[in-house]
Amino acid sequence: MAEREVVFRVHRYRPESDRGPTYQDYRVPIRDDTVVLDALNHIKDTLDPTLTFRWSCRMGICGSCGMNVNGTPVLTCGVFVKDLRGGVVTVDPMANFPVLKDLVVEFDDFMRKLQGVKPFLIRKEDAPLSAGEYRQTPEQVEAYRQQSMCINCMLCYSACPVYSRTDHFLGPAASAIAYRYIKDSRDEGADERLGRISTKTGIWECTFVGECSVVCPKDVDPAAAIQSLKVLASMRHMRRILMPKSASR
Amino acid sequence: MDRATYDVVVVGGGAAGLRAAIAAAEANPAASIAIVSKVYPMRSHTVSAEGGTAAVLRDYDSFDLHCFDTIKGSDYLADQDAVEFFVSKCPEEIVQLEHWGCPWSRDPDGRVSQRAFGGMSVKRTVFAADKVGFHILHALFQTTMKFDNIHRLDEFFVTDLIREGNAAAGVTALDMRGGELVRITSKAVVLATGGCGRIYEFTTNGFIKTGDGMALAYRAGVALKDMEFVQFHPTALPGTGILITEAARGEGGYLINKDGERFLKRYVPEKMELGPRDILSRSIMSEIREGRAFDGPYGHYIGLDLRHLGEGTINTKLPMVRELAEKYVGIDPVNELIPVRPGQHYIMGGVATNARGETSVPGLYAVGETACVSINGANRLGSNSLSECLVFGTSTGRAVAEYVRKKDWPSGAAAKEAVLAEEARIYDGFLKRERGSETVAGVRKEMQQLMERDVGIYRTEAGLREACARLVSLRERFAGIGIADKERVFNTELTTVLELDYMLEVATAIAHSALGREESRGAHSRTDFPKRDDARFLNHTLAFRADGAPRIEYLPVTITRWQPAARVY
Repeated sequence: MAEREVVFRVHRYRPESDRGPTYQDYRVPIRDDTVVLDALNHIKDTLDPTLTFRWSCRMGICGSCGMNVNGTPVLTCGVFVKDLRGGVVTVDPMANFPVLKDLVVEFDDFMRKLQGVKPFLIRKEDAPLSAGEYRQTPEQVEAYRQQSMCINCMLCYSACPVYSRTDHFLGPAASAIAYRYIKDSRDEGADERLGRISTKTGIWECTFVGECSVVCPKDVDPAAAIQSLKVLASMRHMRRILMPKSASR
Repeated sequence: MDRATYDVVVVGGGAAGLRAAIAAAEANPAASIAIVSKVYPMRSHTVSAEGGTAAVLRDYDSFDLHCFDTIKGSDYLADQDAVEFFVSKCPEEIVQLEHWGCPWSRDPDGRVSQRAFGGMSVKRTVFAADKVGFHILHALFQTTMKFDNIHRLDEFFVTDLIREGNAAAGVTALDMRGGELVRITSKAVVLATGGCGRIYEFTTNGFIKTGDGMALAYRAGVALKDMEFVQFHPTALPGTGILITEAARGEGGYLINKDGERFLKRYVPEKMELGPRDILSRSIMSEIREGRAFDGPYGHYIGLDLRHLGEGTINTKLPMVRELAEKYVGIDPVNELIPVRPGQHYIMGGVATNARGETSVPGLYAVGETACVSINGANRLGSNSLSECLVFGTSTGRAVAEYVRKKDWPSGAAAKEAVLAEEARIYDGFLKRERGSETVAGVRKEMQQLMERDVGIYRTEAGLREACARLVSLRERFAGIGIADKERVFNTELTTVLELDYMLEVATAIAHSALGREESRGAHSRTDFPKRDDARFLNHTLAFRADGAPRIEYLPVTITRWQPAARVY
């Protein structure tokens, strides 16, 4: 396969020695099947072992290697260099998160928000295992399948203009996961979850820009999930006003 | 510095570690459980498992049949009492995962669906399309968030075990974000760090699969059992090593050589594409050797043909296969063959444990791919490994919960010494080292190529001796690796050096175990000893770390009801 050289302009930030971020250029040999992550590994293994980034599965499922490439949040293991426009490839850490080092960001804020939406089945009573599985038809699985595909890669937070301004916004992935459980026929925690996420710190700030769904590598469509959550939360609110006695249901 | 103290430290946040943590948290609500992982748990390599997880759920199936398939698949090296226990516990783990929200694929009547898999006599493999590991991992991870007594230390890289007296008393770890070495004291430690595929050059395993838990136990004097048994999956994408699931064949896919022939009729005529992985991988190598394979930019390959399944089945049952094939090799399996070749995938061997995850060190447990109970023997059947993580995750979690109830807290004196020793070893030894004559990437690559060539699908005495000798010289060269990154925060150059250190330990145990086993059994194929030799080798290999070469001992296999017989498919 033919090789050519491409310049990678990579964001550097060394917390123990740098006063601020800089860029460093590297020339990397590229073939038609080279993905951006391969180029970063070439730099790390042969040019500069200090370059720091996360990766593992290199098959688009572990969610470790999200970065902004030429300004767009992507999984770097899934973007072929030959498909990128322009002479120089710019690699930045994902936006809207604190940068720990070079291309590594910290997203404990998401982990807290994920825990906050109670991302597990809530049942009034758990059936014993001896009773077997809860029945669920293929159609009932289909109702939440799309949102169950979230790999927590954080690209949607990197793309979200609302999260960039207001970090108390629940954000796309955590909302999608909340919606996934609410739409699961086995779950009985919708009221509890909607109560939590329809507060000021929840979903209302989403202005439906939709960037989250554009960058999602797994077609989870968090933007649609947030709009559906708004509808469900509004209905819950109306119900509580009109039928206060049944509100706990 | 003292990070914290917990009753139980679980090292690793994949399926086995998470399942053990939940079982321990349920069994002993007063106990505090810490999941210590070098990555966020949802990055763990369980996420890449695709095809399914086995359990007897239907009338057409039976525990005896699942036992027999597993034992025959293991080439009679599995401990049959362990297999019987395992098989009997699989069904409730499937139901438990279901109750925790795992989106299993369903039949029209709402029951959990099952599919065919290699070496399994009947449809026994439960699935969630072809993203089974992903869904199991996220269901378990999100379920841990229900428990107030489960704590997480994300991105803590464990460097050593702490021992007090003989017993496990915690771990030392690099807090990668905080940039310091910490001690995490505990009454018990569970090792659940998965496999060691990155020892090999061409592997389906993620970058993080470096045998950490195996090396930690090995250094603590625990035997590594049956390490010569390394599984090569028949269908990985050339170049990248990305896994194409066995479910592609379970759903009816064919393996085709360049003459358009379903060549498996010459090797496993009864089972064809649903033969066990060891035999299929060797069959593909035979086709390559005899000139009947395709030729591509990354060497020879054969074709996986799904065209006759139709777009509908591919989209509903195998969406990830289509996604991976389109993205990474630019072909659509609806219309074209997927190029595949065998790649390292799994290791049957691991830390010697019993069915409760207990090792020879009090308070030290191991579970999942890290451990060897053994149910997989010389060859694991596809879809038994996720079930293994679940079944033994539960039994180990319960056992450790019981252990810490009776165990006193460690005094902490050993922990203080351990952290000082690790600071000296890592910060003074590795980090302050001037630029060396070697790089971590260079030594790692040589190890990977060596293992691929001499300790791969086929082995000989000469090749294995060469491998053992060259691993000694690689260990010497390892001492000359310099580290350019001197910062303590998130130093991935440092952690890759520590990972290489672990991999060299494990690779040495594999090569010496393979040299000792002068027979061919399951995935261990010696061209100089092509037959199975039950008279000499119906035994587990135990490798103990020693000065110089590991000490090798043997332990008889436990036979209950299934006498060893010829393994014909």
